[in-house]
Amino acid sequence: MMEHMLPSSYAPPPEGHVSHSRLEKVLRSGRFAITAELNPPDSADPSDVYDAARPLAEVADAINATDASGANCHMSSIGISALLTRAGYSPVYQISCRDRNRIAIQGDVLGAAAMGVSNVLCLTGDGVGVGDQPGAKPVFDFDSLSLLRTIKTMRDSGTFLSGRKITNPPRLFLGAAENPCIPPYEWRPERLAKKVAAGAEFIQTNYIFDIPLFENFMSRVREMGLDKKVFILAGVGPLASARAARWMRSNVPGIHVPDALIDRMEKSSSPGEEGKRICVELIQQIREINGVSGIHVMAYRKEHQVSEIINESGVLSSRSELA
Amino acid sequence: MYRIRLFAIRHSRAFEWIYQRVEQVMVALDPVFGKIGYDRIERPVAFTERCIKTVLFDCKMCGQCVLSSTGMSCPMNCPKQLRNGPCGGVRPGGYCEVKPEMKCVWALAWDGASRMKNGAQIETVLPPVERNLEGSSSWLRVSREKAARLREAKEKGRAAVAEAFADARAKEPASAPLAEEPARACGGNK
Ligand code: SF4
Repeated sequence: MMEHMLPSSYAPPPEGHVSHSRLEKVLRSGRFAITAELNPPDSADPSDVYDAARPLAEVADAINATDASGANCHMSSIGISALLTRAGYSPVYQISCRDRNRIAIQGDVLGAAAMGVSNVLCLTGDGVGVGDQPGAKPVFDFDSLSLLRTIKTMRDSGTFLSGRKITNPPRLFLGAAENPCIPPYEWRPERLAKKVAAGAEFIQTNYIFDIPLFENFMSRVREMGLDKKVFILAGVGPLASARAARWMRSNVPGIHVPDALIDRMEKSSSPGEEGKRICVELIQQIREINGVSGIHVMAYRKEHQVSEIINESGVLSSRSELA
Repeated sequence: MYRIRLFAIRHSRAFEWIYQRVEQVMVALDPVFGKIGYDRIERPVAFTERCIKTVLFDCKMCGQCVLSSTGMSCPMNCPKQLRNGPCGGVRPGGYCEVKPEMKCVWALAWDGASRMKNGAQIETVLPPVERNLEGSSSWLRVSREKAARLREAKEKGRAAVAEAFADARAKEPASAPLAEEPARACGGNK
């Protein structure tokens, strides 16, 4: 009886694919992909996850389940991912290296794959100091690259890093993050190349608010031929207010917001609307940059705006349906 | 020692040269070490190594030295101990996310590597640190590993790490070791 509850039987992935992921299919078919981040609940009630997922699912090919991002405690990414697969949604299971060692992570990867997860995003993770429990012990047994290579080995060679055999390997589409708009700018593309070498098949970037910086990054990426080897999804999201933007810039690691944008927010009579408009404009500009395969929307506490933003940007109107 | 560390990275090219010479000597001495017994010399060599490298690089004696692949900037000084950095939190001006008063170890590493002859080695994907090798001599491990590269690997589990990170195994063999470990080198976790 229980076997029939989960959608995926353990079948080989389609020709030319590494997984059953919808996101992988969309990307490999050349369509512009949309992913969106789910704000994890501080609750044990599954309906809180579904309430947050519903508005995102209207437009997203996959929904990211964050792993205690910003080192703050929330429902776990593996729990959220499992709930999402049960309801037929396609999650991106985020794994941060901050909280678990190699024994825990390799086990979780098998567990997640068995629950029907087919995308993972390998992250280093923010330091514990910025979170709500700065006294926690940071683990960082893996880093994002050794984690990528490890999952790739589990999938392609069917072994744990210990050499022990995995009878039925996990079929996972492997992702990593990148942050083009923070130092060392000149080495960010090289670091991306290293992630591709480690096994990354798609990239979701942190927030892009600075188009010229991102264009520089992308032109180097194209020069290195990386856009042909990995699908790049650019991170975007609506700013709530000038104050919130300033707070984010100084308190959340790795976020760069140019002063010009903050000024624009400050001058606007309705900052909420302005933040949305800026986001739509950014998406339209990003869409025109060669080598970008999609966007990743992170709308913190503004899930309800995601489908509006995507529809207004027009990126989906030209997209044909997936067979 | 932060100042000396920055000096070493600024002169990464010279230190790379010195390091290569030391390595050549250690590899050449493999038969001698083998005769005396790696187990016997482990402690004195580890002690000497610790003294020298702590002064120069703020070495943390991880036992799997990869300085030649990290622009002579010791990655164990990164608060997240990344082996393939930098992370996504580097602050404006290249300062560390976790310790804002310090330059990001990995921003320095790429900078150091850009001046080195074999700087491109920084592109190698390195495996996670084997924490049970902490405190042991990396120099002896390099000597053993380079010598053992010719011999076949016996232990299957270690071979899996070496295979998964083949590039790292070729360029920084001590980071994915295959040679047999003397008893004294393998106790960091106890
Ligand atoms: S900013 Fe640099 S030194 Fe600091 S944690 Fe990140 S990679 Fe390590």
